[in-house]
Amino acid sequence: MPNSDPHLVQQADAVRLFREPEGGAGVAIRATLKRDLVLLMRRRSEVLNPLVFFALVITLFPIGISPDPELLATIAPGLLWVAALLAALLSLDSLFRSDYEDGSLEQLLLSPQPLPALVLAKVAVHWLLTGLPLALMAPILGIMLALPAGSYAVLALSLALGSASLSLIGAIGAALTVGLSRGGVLLSLLVLPLYIPVLIFGAGAVQAAIFGEGVAAHLAILGALLAVALILAPWAIAASLRISING
Amino acid sequence: MAFESLSAFLAMGGHGPYVWAAYGATAALLLGVTLHARAERRALLRDLRRRARREQRRGASTPDSHQEGHARES
Amino acid sequence: MWAFIHKLGSPKWFYGISARLSPWFWAAAALLIVVGSVWGLAFAPADYQQGNSFRIIYVHVPAAFLAQSIFVSMAIAGFVFMVWKIKVADMAAAMMAPLGAAMTFVALFSGAVWGVPTWGTWWMWDARLTSMLILLFLYFGVIALRGAFSSRDSASRAASVLAMVGVINIPIIKYSVDWWYTLHQPATFSVTSRPAMPVEMWVPLLIMVLGFYCFFIAVTLMRTRSEILRRESNKRWVRELAGEVT
Repeated sequence: MPNSDPHLVQQADAVRLFREPEGGAGVAIRATLKRDLVLLMRRRSEVLNPLVFFALVITLFPIGISPDPELLATIAPGLLWVAALLAALLSLDSLFRSDYEDGSLEQLLLSPQPLPALVLAKVAVHWLLTGLPLALMAPILGIMLALPAGSYAVLALSLALGSASLSLIGAIGAALTVGLSRGGVLLSLLVLPLYIPVLIFGAGAVQAAIFGEGVAAHLAILGALLAVALILAPWAIAASLRISING
Repeated sequence: MAFESLSAFLAMGGHGPYVWAAYGATAALLLGVTLHARAERRALLRDLRRRARREQRRGASTPDSHQEGHARES
Repeated sequence: MWAFIHKLGSPKWFYGISARLSPWFWAAAALLIVVGSVWGLAFAPADYQQGNSFRIIYVHVPAAFLAQSIFVSMAIAGFVFMVWKIKVADMAAAMMAPLGAAMTFVALFSGAVWGVPTWGTWWMWDARLTSMLILLFLYFGVIALRGAFSSRDSASRAASVLAMVGVINIPIIKYSVDWWYTLHQPATFSVTSRPAMPVEMWVPLLIMVLGFYCFFIAVTLMRTRSEILRRESNKRWVRELAGEVT
């Protein structure tokens, strides 16, 4: 009986000690989620800044164009969407930046768990604390832009769906530029053209709601874009992070 | 032939400026790209040749390793 | 097949084979473009709606085709570089980006000029022009990203990833812009979507498209050869080559 050999038992213990904890990937993803949430909640200004930026940009338009409610109502859907998109863009640079600077990003890359899953967790936190608040805040700003009634829920819903795609696509750009000292402007140059389909269908959904047309098609396309982004973006983000770290 | 005379051809039925501007810009760009590619190649070959001569003067046996990235693209 | 790919991956081999191919592509490009232009400008019949301004199609459409094809080629080259680590593919991709941006610019410029006689304005947010404009920004992004890295290997890999991400997005962008355009301007007629073009109109167009493709291949071969000399300037065969030329 080999099991009775005390040496072998000891060895098995040692192996168990150095093995991954049970359910490695699941634990790692949950730990990443929790860590990022805690970190972001501690730096509250980073969460609030995009929201303030969103409100500020929306304030600029009535001042710059005209306070006429009718005119504002016609441009409100696109305006709200563009401003939310820019606010989300603004927050992207910090997505990997602090992790890169303190070296924890390197640890993430070295971990045996699948990197795409871990970055997906990071992006999920980013969406939860940027995209979702923006979506919830948009109806309030919609009131200020005299957005016609009946489109508020669609505005929030389309932004919530669309901003998830924005976070995923934007994270590719953020991962590509994280190693560069002045990546900020470059990041927007890389990411904004890729945002256009989301913008078209997001603003289109709100417009359709105003005209009383069905919005299901728009939201379905936004969902489809999100599905594609969910499938492909994590791999692109992971590959980009490896390039940025090793280069 | 779609035109009766040279002047009709140049006028393009009143659309001359637009047609010729589009063709002119395209031709200029194609030519520019070609000339740039040629100039680039000549400059590189000239550089390489100059280096080869310099090395020959210094003696063919001397390896030159300090020229790493000498002809880096601007 | 594998041996062929690996041979192709060797800069020296590529340098040799491209030297033999390149003149043919230059000759074909020059011939096709000259024949196509003369045919399109002088011999093709005028359009019954747009008159002679439609002749711009013979530079606009080939440039637009090429602009899109170059992006796709760049992404394929990036993929080949990432998967098989073939350096020549990356050199070619690096040389394609500026050419693609230039072609996109030609397509935009000729489209804008075409807009004056047809729409009465230099710029319309027409579906085709809008997606061309976005494509131009995508090119700028790839070029800027490649220039931003100090290490060449990182720059190459980052540009490859971005090109692949972009190429997945191009059809999505194209379809969403088309959809957006039909939503907002249902009445305007699009200059290039014509139901049936008579043979004497589309044959020169085909010739021009082929000519532009040959031009692209010729320029890319030539510039890739230059890039090989630049990057491999310390390799022995390049020095021997330089010695021979002297």
